[in-house]
Amino acid sequence: MLTLEGAHGPVIHAVTAAAAAHGARAGMRLTDARALFPQLTAIPADPDGDRALLDRLARWAMRWSPLVEVDGDDGLRLDVSGAAHLFGGERGLIADVAECFARLGLTVRSAIAPTPGAAWALCRFSSPRRGEGDSAQQSGVRAREAIRTGGTPSPCPLPLGERELAAALAPLPVAALGLSPQATRTLERLGLKTIGTLAGIERRSLARRFRDPDNPLDALDRALGRKPDPLTAVQIVRPPRALLRLAEPVADPAAAAQALAILIPRLVAELEARKLGARHLSLAGFRVDGSVASVTAATAIASRDPDHLERLLRDRTELLDPGFGFDAFALTADWAEALGAAQESLVEEPSGSAEVARLIDRLSVKLGGRAVRSPEPFESHLPERASGWNSALASVRGAPATKLAMTASRPQRLLDRPEGIAVIYATPEGLPRRFVWRRAVHDIARVQGPERIAPEWWRQPSTARLRDYYQVEDNAGRRYWIYREGVIGDGRGGAPDWFIHGLFG
Amino acid sequence: MASHVSLVAGGGVGAPCDPARSPLPEPARPTLSELFAAHPRDAGWAGFMLAQALRPGPVLWVQERMAIFESGRIFPPGLGVAELIHVEARDARSVLWAMEEGLRCAGLSLVIGELWGDPAALDFTATRRLAVAAERSGVACWLVRLGGSANLSGARMRWRIASLPSLANPLDPKAPGAPAWEAELFRARGAPPGRWSLACEAGTTHSLRLVADARDRTLDGVGAGINFARQRSA
Repeated sequence: MLTLEGAHGPVIHAVTAAAAAHGARAGMRLTDARALFPQLTAIPADPDGDRALLDRLARWAMRWSPLVEVDGDDGLRLDVSGAAHLFGGERGLIADVAECFARLGLTVRSAIAPTPGAAWALCRFSSPRRGEGDSAQQSGVRAREAIRTGGTPSPCPLPLGERELAAALAPLPVAALGLSPQATRTLERLGLKTIGTLAGIERRSLARRFRDPDNPLDALDRALGRKPDPLTAVQIVRPPRALLRLAEPVADPAAAAQALAILIPRLVAELEARKLGARHLSLAGFRVDGSVASVTAATAIASRDPDHLERLLRDRTELLDPGFGFDAFALTADWAEALGAAQESLVEEPSGSAEVARLIDRLSVKLGGRAVRSPEPFESHLPERASGWNSALASVRGAPATKLAMTASRPQRLLDRPEGIAVIYATPEGLPRRFVWRRAVHDIARVQGPERIAPEWWRQPSTARLRDYYQVEDNAGRRYWIYREGVIGDGRGGAPDWFIHGLFG
Repeated sequence: MASHVSLVAGGGVGAPCDPARSPLPEPARPTLSELFAAHPRDAGWAGFMLAQALRPGPVLWVQERMAIFESGRIFPPGLGVAELIHVEARDARSVLWAMEEGLRCAGLSLVIGELWGDPAALDFTATRRLAVAAERSGVACWLVRLGGSANLSGARMRWRIASLPSLANPLDPKAPGAPAWEAELFRARGAPPGRWSLACEAGTTHSLRLVADARDRTLDGVGAGINFARQRSA
């Protein structure tokens, strides 16, 4: 069972069949459902994740038709006019849909009908019980399908003629017309519970009673195909791509570098035409045995400089193992950003910031994106949190550096993990006198502190102890940053431990 | 107790000389300087080096992984560097490669590389390449050696930096004051070797001044006995 946060506590978003058997319904409050059956398992719903999944499914559903529309929060509609015969007719298509979704682990309800409205109605209302959970729906001018996960897959009706369609829709409730809840309630109060009874009413009287744009006559006409109801298909923007097909398979490892030299100008021309700059590039080599090898490179700022892009990928082409030989290469800008025509200066020299961005690209390609980082300060008193690091590729270039207000001096180097040290100090909260770090004894000549940093109670466990930081200087003049974790009697452990955390320069 | 600057230059330890005649040598143009930390756990060199960083602009700081394990990762809140790119390199070869890439980019203001021990990749050719690249692009470069020994090198200036007991803290006599260092220039092109006691000008990061040796300092505060200061425009 999935729940959403409502105004008065968690509200049930979707239920499994087993939960539904115990009386849980979508829209109920969780406490009410628990009162009926206390053992219900509730998991927070993730509507954004569902939405993203549905968008991905919409792209994937283009295997059946080029026109796919995301329908509401839980459905897909496909226009399969002229495409059904490729899958063995409408019946074959719908079986294929059920099988493919089942392979993804999704239970779907699908319907196929001559109009989108009818397909929607048949998908969601033709089964005796409404399904729950994610769903997808498919439709076409001649064929509609609706797919819902969680419901029992039922043999779907295939009303292809107008008369069959009217007969199939007749027993469905008026809610299947997809009207607003007010309009549906008005119809139900008038005693018009099914589409069949609604269709039996004289058109003129209906038109007189309902004048809103959201009226049952229009909906009925759309469902029966008397009025057009076009789909708004998902637009898929193809990433800029350059393809090189080879007449013969090439097993020479150097071929990839040559292919890159040919592909880069083509890709740059396309980027230029679409006013884009590449942020992420991949060079894929297609082997004769059908497998694909690829290398990637990322840039810190959008770029379509051919020399720079080629330099990023050139060294990596050696990683492409030809196997039995490549017969094609594709260079794709997987991630491209808008980049207008820009002239940095009148002379040829590129500006400093652009050059630094290119340096970051080169370093990241060779050493890995995680090895090249820039500081991302975070407002926290805990030093290890305050010095956040972020990949230099991801950090925004040219943004003004955020300056944190410094209350006390900070060391210039910080150990990744504070190291435990043995300290002689005046208990319980006196100054340290001497400490042993890495088996070397340091006599403390001067000390400043403590600077007390409390644990962040809103994210750390209740057993986290406070830290008292001391800036100490040993006899040789080396300065360290050490801290005592906890105080005696704070109820969060025994005797406090000492750690060294940083080195001053 | 001497109340003047005890500047030791020209080798003879303890021989006072006129600081005006032997100020801290400075390369005529940005080049490669090599810096040996007196001890791997002595991070004093960082303060000395950053006090000499002149130009504003992004800094590329390359650390070998072993150096991070041994003496910590740089901590931006304590550095006072506005724009920083940090590279964690697996080995000395990667450090040298990253430094050389950085030196080709004139948009940087400073390239710093930290190496642990005496790696085989660091030979005369490698340091010479760095020196030439730094001079060609005009980007200052510091090669920092932690726990290493001074082998053959193409660096134009070679320093050995040790922390000195810090200056007296005007607010709290028990607390450490402004950091002080002993800088030994043991090889340089166009400058005589020497040894200086230096401290950071209080309140600023980009200035160095010469201070009295720790054993010669007065007990009455920071400002006493300083008769020579080097101011540099940030």
